[in-house]
Amino acid sequence: MTKSGKRHRGPKDDHHHPAPPSDVEVRARALEELLRDKGLVDESFIDAVVSAYENDIGPMNGARVVARAWIDPAYRGRLLANGTAAIAELGYGGPEGDHMVVVENTPDVHNVVVCTLCSCYPWPVLGLPPTWYKSAAYRSRLVREPRVVLREMGLDLPERVEIRVWDSSAEIRYLVLPERPAGTEGLTEEELATRVTRDAMIGTARA
Amino acid sequence: MNGLHDMGGMDGFGPVQVEEGEPVFHHPWERRVFGLVAGSAARRLAGSTDAFRFAIERMPPAHYLQAPYYERWLTALATLLVEKGVITREELVRRAGGSFPLSQPVPPLRLPTATHSQAPRFGVGDSVVVRNEHPGGHTRCPRYVRGKRGTVVRVDGAFRLPDVAAHREVPCAEPAYSVRFAARELWGTDAAATESVHVDLWESYLEPPLEP
Repeated sequence: MTKSGKRHRGPKDDHHHPAPPSDVEVRARALEELLRDKGLVDESFIDAVVSAYENDIGPMNGARVVARAWIDPAYRGRLLANGTAAIAELGYGGPEGDHMVVVENTPDVHNVVVCTLCSCYPWPVLGLPPTWYKSAAYRSRLVREPRVVLREMGLDLPERVEIRVWDSSAEIRYLVLPERPAGTEGLTEEELATRVTRDAMIGTARA
Repeated sequence: MNGLHDMGGMDGFGPVQVEEGEPVFHHPWERRVFGLVAGSAARRLAGSTDAFRFAIERMPPAHYLQAPYYERWLTALATLLVEKGVITREELVRRAGGSFPLSQPVPPLRLPTATHSQAPRFGVGDSVVVRNEHPGGHTRCPRYVRGKRGTVVRVDGAFRLPDVAAHREVPCAEPAYSVRFAARELWGTDAAATESVHVDLWESYLEPPLEP
């Protein structure tokens, strides 16, 4: 790298070494331009998809599901029995959410979700995954030493609490139903939803 | 394939680095790559999700490790589009004005056959052992459970076996299961008795234990 931060490019007549890789931005633009030249890019479709995941599809959806389960025992029952159908009751579904399983935390059992092989994640209820969820550190370590990883991430679980790790290695996507925090009895469903964090629904934090 | 992507249980990656208030995308090119992958999927330009995952797994290990997440997506999409003949590698290189690293070619493979079971072979509570197979193609059977014994905790519907679906557009659905493994079965006697890992596994990956 040069002082300017730009990647240094060698002379073009060097037959012994291929040209260095172009910067990733340049490569991304090259692929996009090629596809556009061939009429294979639908700009409005791409804009709509990207905008949806930036604005409309995120953890606020899952938070509504959790809040409903906290105030409505019948809904909680349906959610644990058939996550996909119960989540669809609130209008959520789609790619990476066609086969949902909801796992419930209790005082004795803590659930936490990972994808060791790639980055599988329940998009319709949590949006796109954060970088740490896709990181080598999280993917390699959570299945091996979950209590240590959770403690490092700020969740110190006593030894008596059983930890169940769920590796989403097939088509099922998992949502953790966190415990309802103490002292929230007077809150409305909407107020409760604001208390539910993304990390609580992955299982790396409490609600 | 026994690739670097199969990370469960590896040591040495350090603490999990959390970025507070992380945006959905960090750079405009990441948004565009996400959109291009979604758009290519909608047009069925680049094959199945399984083929896409396998294209990421075929990245040279050093490139896979150093590439940001959406660079892996870019590399896989470009690789599949070249392999499908939608674009050529030369076109990519010319446009990029430098080299355009792609994933490694698909090695010669002997593909498995899905079980095609109409009724699941295993039920909740059954003991199962994960077959110790090392396929050269795509698989969703993580190395850290191969040869290990677990208990079926959930029987899911039938899904396309990724070991076939990544390579061929043929019927290959079979039942899948969630299997619970005690941490000590996976990681030895130092592991806590109060921890378990659940892995979702296709029927082809499993067999009954020799001893009950």
